[in-house]
Amino acid sequence: MADSHDMVKKVFTTNSARVETNKGDAYYDSLFEKAKLRLKALKKQRPLKDIDMMDIVESEGVNRRDFMKWASATTATLMLPPMFTPLVAEATELMNRVPVVWIELQDCAGNSEALLRSSAPTVDDLIFDVLSLEFHETIMAASGHQADAQLEDAIEHFKGKYLLFVEGAIPTAMNGQYGTIGASGETFQEHLERLSKDAAAVVAVGTCATFGGIPAAAPNPTGAVGVMNIVKGKPVINIPACPANPANMVGVVLHYVLTGQIPELDSLLRPKFAFGYRIHDNCERRAHFDAGEFVEEWGDHGAQNNFCLYKVGCKGPMTFNNCSIIRYNEGANWPVGVGRGCIGCSEPDFWDKYAYERPMADANIKAPTGGVEKTVDQFGLGLLTATTIGIGVHAVTSAMVGKKTVHTKDGEE
Amino acid sequence: MSKHVVIDPITRIEGHLRIEAVIDENNVIKEAFSSSTMFRGIEEILKGRDPRDCGLLAMRICGVCTGTHYQRSIEAVEHAFGVTIPKNARLVRNLMQGALYLHDHIVHFYHLHALDWVDITKALEADPKKAVEEAQKWAKIAGTRAWNASEDNYKEVQDRVTKYVKQGRLGVFGNAYWGSKAYKLTPEQNLIGLSHYLDALDLQRRIAKAQAIFGGKNPHPQSIVVGGVTCVQDIKNPARIAEFKDIIQLAQKFTKQAYLPDVYMAGTMYADEALAGVGGGLGNFMCYGDFNLDDTPFYEAKKLFPSGIVLNKDLSKVYDLDQSKITEDVTHSWYEGNDNLHPFDGKTNPNYTGFKEKKEGIAYLDTDKKYSWIKSPLYDDQRMEVGPLARMIVGVARGDERITKYVTTFLKNGNLPTKVLFSTVGRTAGRAIESEMMADVIIQWCDELAANVAAGDLSTWTEFDFDKVSKDAQGYGMAEAPRGSLGHWVKIKDGKVVNYQAVVPSTWNAAPKDYKNRMGAYEASLVGTKVVDPDQPLEIIRTVHSFDPCIACAVHIVDTKGKELAVYKVDPLGGCRA
Repeated sequence: MADSHDMVKKVFTTNSARVETNKGDAYYDSLFEKAKLRLKALKKQRPLKDIDMMDIVESEGVNRRDFMKWASATTATLMLPPMFTPLVAEATELMNRVPVVWIELQDCAGNSEALLRSSAPTVDDLIFDVLSLEFHETIMAASGHQADAQLEDAIEHFKGKYLLFVEGAIPTAMNGQYGTIGASGETFQEHLERLSKDAAAVVAVGTCATFGGIPAAAPNPTGAVGVMNIVKGKPVINIPACPANPANMVGVVLHYVLTGQIPELDSLLRPKFAFGYRIHDNCERRAHFDAGEFVEEWGDHGAQNNFCLYKVGCKGPMTFNNCSIIRYNEGANWPVGVGRGCIGCSEPDFWDKYAYERPMADANIKAPTGGVEKTVDQFGLGLLTATTIGIGVHAVTSAMVGKKTVHTKDGEE
Repeated sequence: MSKHVVIDPITRIEGHLRIEAVIDENNVIKEAFSSSTMFRGIEEILKGRDPRDCGLLAMRICGVCTGTHYQRSIEAVEHAFGVTIPKNARLVRNLMQGALYLHDHIVHFYHLHALDWVDITKALEADPKKAVEEAQKWAKIAGTRAWNASEDNYKEVQDRVTKYVKQGRLGVFGNAYWGSKAYKLTPEQNLIGLSHYLDALDLQRRIAKAQAIFGGKNPHPQSIVVGGVTCVQDIKNPARIAEFKDIIQLAQKFTKQAYLPDVYMAGTMYADEALAGVGGGLGNFMCYGDFNLDDTPFYEAKKLFPSGIVLNKDLSKVYDLDQSKITEDVTHSWYEGNDNLHPFDGKTNPNYTGFKEKKEGIAYLDTDKKYSWIKSPLYDDQRMEVGPLARMIVGVARGDERITKYVTTFLKNGNLPTKVLFSTVGRTAGRAIESEMMADVIIQWCDELAANVAAGDLSTWTEFDFDKVSKDAQGYGMAEAPRGSLGHWVKIKDGKVVNYQAVVPSTWNAAPKDYKNRMGAYEASLVGTKVVDPDQPLEIIRTVHSFDPCIACAVHIVDTKGKELAVYKVDPLGGCRA
């Protein structure tokens, strides 16, 4: 067996690696200096809210050491080297220099609900201290024309500075009249166009806002599209998944605060720090895939022993997201953990291509960052030969997020 | 002179809702119109798919009661296939759904509704020491100790919010109806409410975590499949069940020590309105029934909430529910046709006629004609209210021992007559009573699951022959979401869905007028209410919020005949994709 260091090195130098995890000292040194200047400049700005992060941290019953641990894990999640940890900690205290306006279009409020489940930072801190949340329909106090006025005030006051978070798709059929908002009866499309004009950047959160999601599933009755199909001339960041993981929402804001730039994106405008790996690369059931041990039907011997879920429809091998690393709800669990398998919710058209409980038979899979089209059989074969590499990635990323994962033979942690 | 008020968006809800009201010279609401302004078409999207995949999609009808839609959709298919799930699966589904009830009610009361009762800016004037005494007073009525009531805690909350307010930008709390005379709590009471608002933010995060233990994530869990559940490793691990139970016990404590006392507090301060029946509405209540308590096949199991109908607030009579008597009317909805059809045969051809007129930048609904994407469902040609209050009322009318005990204890402790239930305050109280009962029951279910697994039962799924059972089948999943009666109806042919319909809580409650011009539940509950200041229609928001509006899920689009696609193609407005 090859030396594991060699394997890891290979993972990070091979052309097939999806993310350039190491971009070289020169790159990071220059980014580090840039981030330092950025934070210095932000500090000089009049604060929207004056917070003492350590106060907040301590009121949570967490000490400085734990906070730095969190900052270190977050640094790793953002795929930055450890030297950025103090800057990330500092940036957290400056997050509220960046106002956030959150609007809902053709949505189910699932991403708002997900935001309410944020655990680091917790939601009350997000609302009161950490974020400068100026407008958010699900939690705001005002209604009707007072709510409208609140929105107008925010976009006027923070012209060119606010991040516009958009939840939900945009119906374009019937001149957009499948969705109207406000007393004036403005369509969702008009609403989005108007509010994005003065935003610093637009963040499409959840698969509806990114790729049209469920309203755009066949036959797409309302002509639903994602934000990037409507918003032109502005940076758009896509955070897909159904719902998007709140850790990635916070990550995008943090990255913006830290660098003054939007994070590096893949061809689908997804931040590479979150969507650089496949679910499969870091899956806790991966060892069973490699061993050829599969759940064949629900509740069988394989299910009781946590075997691989590929044959009952897991689309982890085709799906790019970091859920296998950060999981959901304070790390309580994730879909593969509950034995259901991944439904590919961070990929375009996943309702029509991925979300069913059978394996892919002969579908064309377009690997978004790999750029190759292969049938599942070719794809699977490729995966099998890449297995050892996958395990290498797992070890590295697990260490990166500060979670040491030890795999025993039956895949339990 | 009368005044026409338009409130859009109604915030702190799920989905997009507009309310228009006509208010007379005495500030009394004469007419009210409820309209949903967003449409997606999920039922249409479900057609032609494998019935086993419906649950994942149908769940996305709503991101709030997502787990409920998920279960109803899966159950509709199980009903069609004649599959009965194993005990572990039933218990886990009950646990997930039970946790959702608690989560939803607590979030609703504190984060979506409380700001209609609590003026947070007034909390800054409170004396923290007096607030402790105040909290203890209401907790005593509820027969318990007060939640987190200390001078230090209240002072800290006050400091935190003072700082927030002083910095000038109130963010999401900006521009509300603060200072309105329609707020009736004292500064100390407002401070208690605010303190619990913050604690509940933290608690809801944990309850969501509990649901994720067996569901994989929240919102949008992923562990339920036709025939059972998939979370074997979490069921067979006693530590997972204990972790779940631990969180529910915390929620139970919060419900008893904070939620119920706060409802007594608000109920007493707003007692005049409750006694006068403000916001009472239709007076007809319906419950589909929920939570199977044994493992007999579909709709034969004993239920935690019995199903039934109560008419005209008359608790002495209760009628059996017959799903075949449910129909939907579209006279005032943006759909074609005037048939009154059962969901199995539901037709929904969009016919958007838009607003009536635009004046000074404000658009007005065409209230004489069509004005909402929501249909008007009827039960035996009657308008119905659904929700936690309906479940309590039907339960009491049925003589259900457990429900009657919780309701009568609540009324007795607060020294309240039964009639207070038929009001906006009563609707809010019904939800709190139910939360207490749910917390107690879920804890018993945790023990039941642990005992069953310990006895060696690891079965989580019932096998079925898909090709055989899916040839020609139909079924329904009818139970209760936290917000009220929720049903999914599915028709299956040769392994594919040929028709799918959901009739959900807000379809009943938020519906526009029907073919006889009878009002929907929101509309009926608003008429007759006196508004202190029509420019700050706090009373309207409060009553509408008391239903816990959840609008995205209420909107249909489906047709059994496949004709609707032609409608898009010939749309005169153009720009459509078929």
